[in-house]
This record gives sequence, structure tokens and C-alpha cells, in this order.
Amino acid sequence: MIQLQEISLWFGSKRLMTDVTTRFECGMLTALLGRNGTGKSTLLRAIASLGELQRGNIIIDGMPIGELNSVELARRIAFVNTERIAVEALSVYDLVAIGRSPYTDWSGHLRGKDREIIERALRITGVEAMRNRYVESLSDGEAQRVMIARALAQDTPVILLDEPTAFLDLPNRYELCTLLTRLAHDERKCIIFSTHELDIALSLADSIALVDTPYLRHMPTDEMIASGNIERLFNSDNVAFDAASRSIRMQR
Amino acid sequence: MTRDGLHIWRIVLFTLLCIGIVVLAFADLLIGTTKVSIDEVWAALTGSCTNPQYEVIVYRMRLPKVLAAIVSGMALAASGLEMQTLFRNPLAGPYVLGINAGASLGVAIFTLALPMLGIASGGWLMRLGITGMAWVGSAAILLLVMALSRHIKNINVILILGMMLGSAISAVVNILQYMGTDESLKAFIVWTMGSLSTVTLSDLEILIPVTVLGLILAIAAIKSLNMLLLGESYARTMGLRVGLSRSIIFLSTTLLAGGVTAFCGPIGFIGLAMPHLARMTFRTADHRILMPGTILWGAFAMLICCVVCDIMAHSDLLLPVNTVTSLLGVPIIIFVVFRNRNR
Repeated sequence: MIQLQEISLWFGSKRLMTDVTTRFECGMLTALLGRNGTGKSTLLRAIASLGELQRGNIIIDGMPIGELNSVELARRIAFVNTERIAVEALSVYDLVAIGRSPYTDWSGHLRGKDREIIERALRITGVEAMRNRYVESLSDGEAQRVMIARALAQDTPVILLDEPTAFLDLPNRYELCTLLTRLAHDERKCIIFSTHELDIALSLADSIALVDTPYLRHMPTDEMIASGNIERLFNSDNVAFDAASRSIRMQR
Repeated sequence: MTRDGLHIWRIVLFTLLCIGIVVLAFADLLIGTTKVSIDEVWAALTGSCTNPQYEVIVYRMRLPKVLAAIVSGMALAASGLEMQTLFRNPLAGPYVLGINAGASLGVAIFTLALPMLGIASGGWLMRLGITGMAWVGSAAILLLVMALSRHIKNINVILILGMMLGSAISAVVNILQYMGTDESLKAFIVWTMGSLSTVTLSDLEILIPVTVLGLILAIAAIKSLNMLLLGESYARTMGLRVGLSRSIIFLSTTLLAGGVTAFCGPIGFIGLAMPHLARMTFRTADHRILMPGTILWGAFAMLICCVVCDIMAHSDLLLPVNTVTSLLGVPIIIFVVFRNRNR
């Protein structure tokens, strides 16, 4: 479980969010929505300790992240971004195994328990059959699943994903988000993913965190749809949000 | 290939490389303008040689060269792999941080600039000066890059910085060359061509411990290197202290590439090509296999270059070792680039 306490985020001299206070529970899939440049990535990077936090506290399982060392933090939060890993001769199994790094010795030696956790991660994400393939040969959809398997191998209560569906085709986007829903519900993980896929987010996520500069509005999905915030932020001259069908439509 | 098949193949390859290194090392002790038999070579090595002339040839001349080849091959290949992984760039090598540029500036100051000021040196002082200044030069560059990299988050900026520093220093070296006398220019050019045969046993007393220390650091960094395959953001979120790991890897590279460059001159392409050869033959990116594999390929390749040089010397053709490493390394690089582009 993650708590944000009165955090403020800046990008350079630009203020992105102020006084954000909310909590993300285990067993819940949260979609982070917002227009381009509103600070979705900055927020995720701040929670993952990749960026600097100017004000406020981020607390995970009762511990402020500033008080955790790098390995303790890595055992609590896993991170997935859109970057396509292009490393020559790196096998899927070896890539997923790198996720065990916070638990292995100086050389990264895998013990029986590590191998069990890797197997499970490969199985849950449905990439078992690709284990001996090299990452260069994977399609974008397969590669993104493998990166999620790596995050699972890291065995953390929290997984953050920065636009995991960005380069995927429509069926793969739904497949991937369904996988995230399963991980949150069945594995009791706290998962937060940023996305621009409004309809996927609204149909699959348990809660929505919406960046409404300079605030972050976080509420259960149905409540968010009824609140009118989405219309206010996403409507333009040409498109409008239709709450009944939970999707964006062209204005006639 | 199945997982087990791959495992067996790797063990076979490790064994073959080790045997190859031993065979080539002995072959190189036998090859030379003076004919020395296997028995006499063995006797010279074990100290039971009766002919003092052979003992000098084998023990004082050929053995240091063979050891220098093994040490320099291992050092350059290991540091090349470290740089390729750290910078996530297949064309990075031991010299991307500007180590050879720094070393060449040090040597240029000693061989070119000092004679201009009327301070000439020769003999052992010349040798000591070249080695010492090469080391000072490469260490200075490393300290500069490390100091600047504390303030730089993006690793590619460091790569560009290293290359630009190298170019600027080369320009200064060019000016020194232009102004230098014929004699001092020759001393400098000979250094840039690289040589294993000028290395003496007392040089090795320094070079070997330095290389061993560099290799220990490189092996200590294998887990960090594996994590860095996924980039610094991922590495950080998996618990890697990126700044510390960078420093260890930079230090290791300076000890390895800086040491070899100081004693043997800048040796091209081994550090660039051997990691690719190891990835291709061992078929892995896991540094637990790749690092020892690369180190063995490095020693093997330098011994081959050394043997080629010695065979050529038989027919009075004295090749600088750099020409041979380029002729061997360039085709490997071209092959790798083509293979990657055509997939």
C-alpha cells in the first residue's frame, strides 16, 4: 500500500501538482490519467524514487521511502516503462532473472527459490514458451509482457507502469490491461499504470487517478465517471466523453 | 539449441579457448629468428637451462612478450565489454572515455614537448618517462570524466563528453607533432604503433598486478553490468547504486586499458571486437559467462596477433602489433554490424 502525503511535484520551474494526499491499496488496479505534460510520468518516477521530491512524503507499508535503502526499496516497488530493451544475445529467461537482483548475492547467482519465482512470473504472464528466445526477436506485445514478468520476478507489493500500452495494437492493449487486472486481484498487488486509453482504463481499472492540474483526483472508477471531471478535462470542440458508453466520441 | 545443449557447448568452448591459449603461448616461445627447440624452451622456463644464450632469448625476450600479449588481451577485452554494457553502445570500447587520448598527450608532452624545451632523455629514462606520462595522462582524463559525470544523469552525455575530450586532446597532440623534431616525432610515432616486445620482466611486475586488480573489479561488477543491460532507470529500481557502480567500472577500465596503453602503446580493436565475438560464440548477454568468455577470447586473439608478428619477423618484416590487431578486429566488427543491420 502506498500513501502520498501532501506531495508537490515540479518539472524544472513548472509546477505540476500541489498538496497531493491519497492512498493506493493492495489488490487494486489504478489507472493514472491526464493530458500530455501534466506530470503522470513525473509522479510515477517520484514514487519509484527515480526523481526528486521537493515537498511531502511518500510512504510504503508505513515506511517513508526516503528512509529505505536502495535494495529495501527495490524489494517493495517494481517499475516498468515503455523503453524497448534491445540487447544482443539476451534471452527472455536471463532478462526476467535480472529481476531477482535485489535478492541475489554479489554475482547474481540464482538459487532454487529464485528459479521458482522466475518460473511463476513466466507462467502468469504467459511467456513460458519464449524463455529461450532472444529479446531482439520479440514483438512489441511480447516484449512488454516479458518486462512485466521481470517486474513480477522482483516480487514487490507495488508495481508501477509508465504507459505500458503505448506501442501495442488494440487487442494487445486489452490483453495487457487484463493481465494487470489479474495481477492486482489474484496476486494482491498494488498496481498503478499511466495511460491515454480512456476506455480501457474505465472498463478495467478499479480506481482512477486523474491529473487535474494542479490537483490529483483519485476515486473509484464509477464515482469518477459520475463526477463529471473526465468531461471537463477531455472534452474539446471535436470530441466529447460519453459517460453512458464510457468512451470518447466525435462531436457531430 | 536447447538449454542443455547450449550449456555443454559453452563448457566445450571454455575448454578449447584455455587449451588454445596454452598452445599458442608455447608456440610463440618457439617462434623467433633464433631456432630454439621445445626441450630447450622448457629447460629455460624451469631454470635448468645449460645454454645461457637460450636462457636470455627465451626467458628475457620471448616470455615477457608472451605474458604481455596475454595480459593486454585480457585487459583490453574486459574493459571493452564494461564500456559496451555501461554505455549500451555496441561500438564503445576501452578508449571511449578518452583514455588513449590522455595517454598519448602524456607521451607527446614527454617525447615532443620536453625536447623542444631542451630537456632530452634517452635509454631507460625515456622508457620510464613514456610509461609514467602515459599513465598520468589517462588517469587525469579519467578523473576529469568522473568529476563531470557526477553532475550528469544521462549516460550518453558522458559518452559524447569522453569522445569530445578525446578529439580536443588529439588536436593538441597534432600541434605538438607538427612542431616536434624529426627524432622526437619518430619516438612518439613508434609508441602509437604499439609494441609488445619492448615490455620487460620488470615492467610486468607492475603491469600484471594492475591488470589483476582491474580484472577483480570487472568481475566484482558482473551483477551491476547485468542490471545495467536494461539501462540506468531499471537498474536503479532494482536496487543498484548507479553512481557507485559507474565509479567502479570507470576505475576498472582505467587500470586495465590505462595500464596496457602505458606499457604497450594504444592497441586498437581488441577491446571493441572481443566482446562481440564472445556474445556471438557463447550466445549470451549474461556477464557471469560473458566476462570470462571475453577475457579468454582477448588473450587468445592477442596471442594470435603476436604469433603472426613473429612469423612475419622471420622474413624480416617487422609489423607493429597495432596493424595486426586492426586487420583481425575490423572484419569482426564489420561482420557484427552487418549481421545486426540485416536482421
